[in-house]
Amino acid sequence: MKIIVCLKQVPDTASVKLDPVTHTLKREGVAAVINPFDLFALEAALQLRERVGGQILALTMGPPQAAEMLREAIGYGVDEGLLLSDRAFAGADTWATTAALAAGVRHLGGADLVICGKQAVDGDTAQVGPGLAQRLGLPQVAFVKAIREASAEHLVVERQMDDGYDLVDLPLPALITVVREIGEPRPPSLKGKMRAKKYEAPLAGAAALGLAEDQVGLKGSFTQVVEVFAPGAAGQREMLPGPAEAAGRAVIDRLVADKVILLGS
Amino acid sequence: MDYFLSEDQMMIRDLCRQIAEERIKPVRAELDEKEQFPRELMKSLAQADLFGLIIPEQYGGLGGGCLENCIAVEELSRACVGVSTTFAASFLGAYPILLFGNEAQKSKYLPLIASGEQLAAFALTESASGSDAGSIQTQARREGDEYVINGSKQWITNGGEAGIYSVIAITDRSKGARGASAFIVEEGDPGFSVGKKEIKLGIRASATAELIFNECRIPADRLLAKEGMGFIVAMRTFDKSRPGVGAQAVGVAQGALDEAASFARTRKQFDKPIITFQAVAHMLADMATKIEAARALVYSVARYVDSGAKDISKAGAMAKLFPTDIAMEVTTNAVQVLGGHGYMRDYPVEKMMRDAKILQIYEGTNQIQRNVIGQELNKEYGRGK
Ligand SMILES: Cc1cc2nc3c(=O)[nH]c(=O)nc-3n(C[C@H](O)[C@H](O)[C@H](O)COP(=O)(O)OP(=O)(O)OC[C@H]3O[C@@H](n4cnc5c(N)ncnc54)[C@H](O)[C@@H]3O)c2cc1C
Ligand SMILES: Cc1cc2nc3c(=O)[nH]c(=O)nc-3n(C[C@H](O)[C@H](O)[C@H](O)COP(=O)(O)OP(=O)(O)OC[C@H]3O[C@@H](n4cnc5c(N)ncnc54)[C@H](O)[C@@H]3O)c2cc1C
Repeated sequence: MKIIVCLKQVPDTASVKLDPVTHTLKREGVAAVINPFDLFALEAALQLRERVGGQILALTMGPPQAAEMLREAIGYGVDEGLLLSDRAFAGADTWATTAALAAGVRHLGGADLVICGKQAVDGDTAQVGPGLAQRLGLPQVAFVKAIREASAEHLVVERQMDDGYDLVDLPLPALITVVREIGEPRPPSLKGKMRAKKYEAPLAGAAALGLAEDQVGLKGSFTQVVEVFAPGAAGQREMLPGPAEAAGRAVIDRLVADKVILLGS
Repeated sequence: MDYFLSEDQMMIRDLCRQIAEERIKPVRAELDEKEQFPRELMKSLAQADLFGLIIPEQYGGLGGGCLENCIAVEELSRACVGVSTTFAASFLGAYPILLFGNEAQKSKYLPLIASGEQLAAFALTESASGSDAGSIQTQARREGDEYVINGSKQWITNGGEAGIYSVIAITDRSKGARGASAFIVEEGDPGFSVGKKEIKLGIRASATAELIFNECRIPADRLLAKEGMGFIVAMRTFDKSRPGVGAQAVGVAQGALDEAASFARTRKQFDKPIITFQAVAHMLADMATKIEAARALVYSVARYVDSGAKDISKAGAMAKLFPTDIAMEVTTNAVQVLGGHGYMRDYPVEKMMRDAKILQIYEGTNQIQRNVIGQELNKEYGRGK
């Protein structure tokens, strides 16, 4: 099975700051990591390769430093990567992002299965997976929590719902987005990490992908960021003085009064 | 301290530390409590390629040596010696094949061990034969193209979990120590079964079991090296593995110090963190100093072993003896630093103290290590006299 995993490099949420003037994310000097949800996509791909064999390709659109993330992906056991990077890609919304990613998938010769994370922790729209499927003309199942069956022709997957799950028989080629329940991401492997040390991901820009400048990036986007701001802290803080037992008792009394907890008799 | 590890060695250390933190620590108490074999964790270690660490590249491994093994085992032991024993015992079972196997044996078994598809085990000890390995009773007789094994082995780590067993048995009783041979026995061989599973003080996640050979028939090509080389196989195996036991000791001692030092900084009595009491601080200082000395010894001996040196018995014994003795002392003192908390199952140090004890016993008790070192000294100082 040929699997393409879409990985997005995002700022480490632990250290994100907004530029007070432009209201955009300050990416300089902020550690970049693989979008945490995409680690589940990667884990799903690794599990599938263990089950049915095949090849895993990692695809990302991002600035040149996203090559480092692809190296990390090689460390987890991915076979090859492809970095879509071009000044023209900057400022892409989900529409322009899927245009570039769809061209990237075609550039890689297509796949039996494309796997995306549920959503990116920075953009947070959860639109890229479904949008990409639409552009590629692939059937899609979002929020997959388990893959019950896998063969060259189809998958049987569980789609997470509010009140349980749907069982979907999905013909391949197809696209899925996966959620946490798919399985705890494994640690990297030693052989992968040794290979990663020397790995240089191939790079493709707009021209190589056959995309015109007005199809990608800011020019290819319908939406613009008007303002991004951190909402002020809304909570109130109160210190409860005194010894631990009295303070603990006060907390319980308050929680009972606010009907957060009920005390049994 | 900086031990001038290579880039690859640091990578091994960091990856093992990550696995220890993310995978082992969250489940170690439960594995211990339920005396449960860490099957899932072994799968994680396999996915990370760790079972290939000391296996040559042509057999699917990474071609690392004793030092790489020690680095990995130390980090895993910092979280749980039950888990690290399970891991390390697979290499103990692999060494006889690695050191003495012919090409066919190596290419059949080593890739299975390197991928983690199968665990290995090493079986020498019997009910009446512990330190006195020369007194083993298990016998193997040649019958045509087969060997037939009869007898039983006791307290075999990974017994019942491994697929590949390196077994020492007597082929010619009249030759004494030169009458033992080493064999590869596979799970499912006719006449081979697993008996009692032990209930233990510590390293409870690891499986320790009896192996029973009742007219167990194996093809003659499962003999390792030649007939009569069984004890040489066993001794060379221990020479290679003993620094690894030292590394387990360094790991568990470091884990105990980590707990004790952070507890001592936050626990207040008489309105002060207890680390400000000199009696406590000095205990921690001695712990840290001894751990560093033990680590330096283990790494130096591991490098010496990897240099291809032949006279490694004394150094190997030292690298097992000193770290395991200080690990017992350090883990015991860690319980002392935590006081009543340390005695409770809610904190990990009582488990570390229980786990540390085995390190002074298996792969040759520390009395036997002193015997080895003493004999070597006698030889060295007797030379030319
Ligand atoms: C602060 C901020 C505000 C933004 N505001 C808007 C806005 O108002 N309107 C708008 O349309 N766009 C906006 N964007 C840009 C845009 O949403 C995203 O950067 C980009 O289009 C991807 O969408 P997402 O991050 O929501 O990804 P999601 O759709 O949440 O991601 C789902 C999955 O798609 C895959 N994926 C997503 N991006 C990539 C990539 N670059 N390479 C490979 N795989 C990928 C991953 O598998 C991911 O798990 C904003 C971005 C930021 C950081
Ligand atoms: C959890 C566990 C796992 C094990 N795993 C394995 C395994 O995978 N494979 C395997 O083959 N074995 C294994 N063993 C066996 C282990 O190697 C032996 O327990 C060890 O060699 C000591 O033998 P013994 O217990 O029979 O003690 P004994 O030899 O009976 O010794 C009892 C005491 O007498 C002392 N003593 C004995 N002889 C001398 C002497 N000459 N000089 C000074 N003191 C002496 C010992 O040091 C000890 O203190 C395992 C044991 C345990 C407990």
